[in-house]
Amino acid sequence: MGEFFASLFTIAFVAQTLRITVPYALAALGGVMSERSGVINIALEGILLTGAFTGAVAAYESNQYTLVGYEPNPIAAAVIAGALGGVLIAALYGLVVITFKADQIVAGVAINLLAAGLTRYLLKLLYDSASNSPEIPGFETGIFSNPVFWLVVLLAIAAYVLVWRTRWGLRLRAVGDHPEAAHTLGITVNAVRWQGVLASGALAGVGGAWLALSVRGFVENMSAGRGYIALAAVIMGSWRPQWACAACLLFGLAEAVQIKLQTYSIGVPNELTQMFPYILTMITLAGFIGRSRPPQALGQPYDSD
Amino acid sequence: MITRSVVRREAITIGIALAVSVVAGSLLIVLTGKSPTEVFSLLISGTWGNAYGFGQVLFRATPIILTGLAVALAFKVGLFNIGAEGQMIVGSFATALCGTSLPDGTPAVIAIPLCIAVGMVGGGLLGSIPGLLRAYYGAHEVINTIMLNFIAAALVLWLGNEFFFARATTRTEPIIEGARLSNFDMFPGSNANTSIVLAILLAVAVHLFLTRTRRGYEWRAVGHNPRAAENGGVNVRATIIGAMTASGALAGAVGANFVLGYKHYFENDMGTGVGFMGIAVALLGRNHPAGIIAAALLFGTLSAGGLTLAVSVGVPKDFISVLQAVIILAVAAAAATMYLRQHKKGDQAGDPQKGKPGQQNQPGKGDNADG
Amino acid sequence: MNTPALELRGVHKRYGVVHANRNVDLGVERQTVHALVGENGAGKSTLMKIAYGHVRADSGTVHIKGERIARHSVAQSIARKVGMVHQHFMLVGPLTVVENVVLGLEPRRRGLLDLSRATAEIVDLTGRFHLDVEPSARIEDLSVGQQQRVEILKMLWRGCDVLILDEPTAVLTPGEVRGLFETLRGLVADGMTVVLITHKLDEVLAIADRVTVMRRGEVVSEMDGKGLKADDIAHAMVGRPVLLEVDKGPAEVGSPVLEIEDLRITGARGINAVNGVDLLVRAGEIVGIAGVEGNGQKELVEAVVGLHPIDSGRIRIAGRDIAGLTVEARYRAGLAHIPEDRHDRALILDYSIKDNLILGLQRHFTGALDLLRTSAIAERADALIEKFDIRPANPDHLAVGMSGGNQQKIVVARELSRQAPKLLLCAQPTRGVDIGAIEAIHRRMIEARDQGLAVLLVSAELSELKSLSDRLCVMYKGRIVAKFDADDLAREGSLDEVGALMTGAVTAAEVSLGRAGDARSHDLAGDGADRSHSLPDPSGPAQDSADESAVSDGTVKDTVNDRMYPSEDEDEDENEEELS
Repeated sequence: MGEFFASLFTIAFVAQTLRITVPYALAALGGVMSERSGVINIALEGILLTGAFTGAVAAYESNQYTLVGYEPNPIAAAVIAGALGGVLIAALYGLVVITFKADQIVAGVAINLLAAGLTRYLLKLLYDSASNSPEIPGFETGIFSNPVFWLVVLLAIAAYVLVWRTRWGLRLRAVGDHPEAAHTLGITVNAVRWQGVLASGALAGVGGAWLALSVRGFVENMSAGRGYIALAAVIMGSWRPQWACAACLLFGLAEAVQIKLQTYSIGVPNELTQMFPYILTMITLAGFIGRSRPPQALGQPYDSD
Repeated sequence: MITRSVVRREAITIGIALAVSVVAGSLLIVLTGKSPTEVFSLLISGTWGNAYGFGQVLFRATPIILTGLAVALAFKVGLFNIGAEGQMIVGSFATALCGTSLPDGTPAVIAIPLCIAVGMVGGGLLGSIPGLLRAYYGAHEVINTIMLNFIAAALVLWLGNEFFFARATTRTEPIIEGARLSNFDMFPGSNANTSIVLAILLAVAVHLFLTRTRRGYEWRAVGHNPRAAENGGVNVRATIIGAMTASGALAGAVGANFVLGYKHYFENDMGTGVGFMGIAVALLGRNHPAGIIAAALLFGTLSAGGLTLAVSVGVPKDFISVLQAVIILAVAAAAATMYLRQHKKGDQAGDPQKGKPGQQNQPGKGDNADG
Repeated sequence: MNTPALELRGVHKRYGVVHANRNVDLGVERQTVHALVGENGAGKSTLMKIAYGHVRADSGTVHIKGERIARHSVAQSIARKVGMVHQHFMLVGPLTVVENVVLGLEPRRRGLLDLSRATAEIVDLTGRFHLDVEPSARIEDLSVGQQQRVEILKMLWRGCDVLILDEPTAVLTPGEVRGLFETLRGLVADGMTVVLITHKLDEVLAIADRVTVMRRGEVVSEMDGKGLKADDIAHAMVGRPVLLEVDKGPAEVGSPVLEIEDLRITGARGINAVNGVDLLVRAGEIVGIAGVEGNGQKELVEAVVGLHPIDSGRIRIAGRDIAGLTVEARYRAGLAHIPEDRHDRALILDYSIKDNLILGLQRHFTGALDLLRTSAIAERADALIEKFDIRPANPDHLAVGMSGGNQQKIVVARELSRQAPKLLLCAQPTRGVDIGAIEAIHRRMIEARDQGLAVLLVSAELSELKSLSDRLCVMYKGRIVAKFDADDLAREGSLDEVGALMTGAVTAAEVSLGRAGDARSHDLAGDGADRSHSLPDPSGPAQDSADESAVSDGTVKDTVNDRMYPSEDEDEDENEEELS
């Protein structure tokens, strides 16, 4: 038992926590971007999965070839491709819910089903495997010397500044709360929403690439509910990027502790500790911990006519 | 007159959506180098073309009729139940526990209804949680049902591992003979079983309840405008809790198909995705029980046909999940577009100053307006 | 200087079969206040939304300062210094005043928002035009009047010289209206052109330089503001002489039906909405409650219906304490209710006329197995459609496709045809209803009174209150500040007094000093009898205990009902909506 507690105060444990937190945080930041603009983002799960897939494919393929004497960095390729993949599937989501004004919850669920099916389908076509991609290059170093980690930290700070301190952020917040007001001041509501949704695709897509890089490959359904946890973090963080990240850190910490508990075979059932983020979110939603105020126009399509 | 135009609108919606889906599906097939016509005709002949195949269609359609009804019933009351997945798991687990713990030799007339009822109670209980949280704390049911899907799966796994699963497996002991539903002789070899009758009966019951009873009238009123319903003497909270519970109970009846009619035990991950398919089926069936049965048959055909395709022409079976997702997206988009078009044409409705169409359906909007 | 600030030529706009605007020409001269007058639904708002570019016309052209605007959008209006203050404010609640003002034209420094200079500019504007508001306050925390000032500031900061205001006074207290008009005059003197959409004649007379009257989507008259009389505009607006008096005999007053004692209610945001109200309505009389919106009338009515919880006090219907009764049980006790917003509380727009006619009565139309008695419902619908002249006369027609007047007729028909109603609560019964339907509804209310119903009429329309009420209470800040009986009301100038009291411009004491010796004005219960509700003694509730036990026998059944629906009275106000 003492050994267990001692193990929580090590750099390795901190690193472990952060490693787990990164994809949550990226997806949650994406969730904030989209939901602040008024678009519910249940599709985060599917975006993560797509990002993981495109990231893995890019890492693998770039490792196979040299481009005109230049050897591409597979990790950079994965991050970029993850973002692109995320943007692509988010664009499909945006098309359906912003342009065609479909119900955002239904469409989000459908995007998640689509991502699960499509990644498996393409896996089969590309690598003739039903469950996983070939091994890809992954992170070689510890997290603190991993440039991608610092990129993520930078993205988180940028997201904060963007939402609270820039013209774009002000418009994003206005459009999600009172789109008609923004429209009367000449702001194109759906354009801002498109930007929010695409930004969320890029961020969550990078999160997916991180997942693939951490385990050196793509495994079917590897997002495993992380998108939903990120969504939970957005709500817990009251649609503020900084607090959403904090919630992710809390969830990451809980998961890291659970892994430690397992290694020291301390008898807390794994299945029960897994419920922690979900139960916490339900408690928050019910208003037992503080108040969480969603953007008022969340989920309502805007018809500019 | 208005109803006819609504029917026409829905028909066009479905038509457009299915056309888009066929095109998208064809593109995916072309990607594998196969011929779309060949694949689609194989899909049909492999299912509706023979007794076994059709039996499999019915078998696949049964659970999604039930989850589709669950989603649709909640939707009629203005609630979005994304939790059919979890409710189905809990219900199936409860059905299996009941079926294993009944004494051997319990007659079928007792065992079968009891097992189904226990499953519905299990699903109903899980459904009541987001209902209560919505009614008393205003917590939105969408998030809560999503969270409960994960909680239910984890909880059932833990209970099973700790107490109920057979050694070194993730499944329960088999249920007693008396609790098992019989298969249809006319679909030899298929897993189709009499639970389809239960599903259809429940569909009829839901329809009659909503359209013919006083409570159905009140529930739909809450779905359209909870504040007016409240002023009309309807207990809105009781309605929300009741509707979520009933919705959960419908999803909980899925155990009749998987547990009583097919495997005869509960297994972890059994029927995964059926809850989400329910959303698709409710959407495609436009929340009408007859439409839901038709949509479930379509989705059942796709699921059953997918396996045939993988075996016979080598199109990965995941092609079917992609196609199903595309259908959902297309229907959702087409439905919204058609709805907006119609409402824009008829915008004279009432005072033009009054809010936008489509917001009538959101109970959360109304009942907090004083806050 | 000669080109009009704003000009519309041949504007046509159709929504479905309804012509919102029909071949409208309008010119607004610079530096004037131009009033656009008309009834609800006359097409004023649509016309101005077209002028602003918020809605695009089917045909016709918009000219701003002589320039014809092609492919008109809001952005183009803004670029040409045209601003619009919408009836429903276009403000983002969680943002601050400054953030709302700069939205769309945000000043930046090194890529980041720079609000400091804008703040200074706003402070300067607030001082110059009496638009007192704190720049760093969040919109959500401001009063309605302050929010309107933010709307105007928004336009001024953008340098607008044409300002369109859509029904700006609908939500303001008379004091705030005066302040607004002062501001507007200041602005016009400063070079601004103002278009004012309104249907209130006194406002037009008070401020307009030029008046355009619209009816059914068309301009029917244009006149000069000088020397204009209310009658002229009213004629043009409705196309026939306005009915000012309703035929009404003296009230034959019976026994008390609604008795309210020391009622206290907490409203939204924890503010005391109703603050110790005593009220008595007897069979056969119409008691009016005059008040500017938001002074507790809504909470008062909803508390009687059972839609809003009360903190303390007692409400009796026909002698029976209704505390803890469900809404349903209150209807059974003899209540009928015409809510102030029919779309909000009274109608299921997606239900047919037939189904709306039984809302609140559904239990009476239920047979065995909880099945609805469809033939009885259909018969009733046919009878009521005929009797109340509801159009279209098709019971299966959805409420959503009907005019405001006919929708309101559904509500009135339903409520007046309840089984043995004793008390009719009417809140703003004719708001947004055309003049023909207003007359019909007024007649029905008087009929109800003459049949012995007790009628409580909450309204903000003085003329309506005056022509219908047998007695009148004025509500201000959650209290009843004065009561007028029939004689008081008949007195010359009584309406001015009511108006002054509604706005808090004078207090009841001042009014009664003005008519010294008139004891009636102090009798807050208004019934002139022994029961003294007027100034409740803190130890008061005990005195009625005898009454209470007398009725308690009859309430056993409902107590059971209570337990079945224990939550009815708890409030949902505090629940924020979660949607994601």
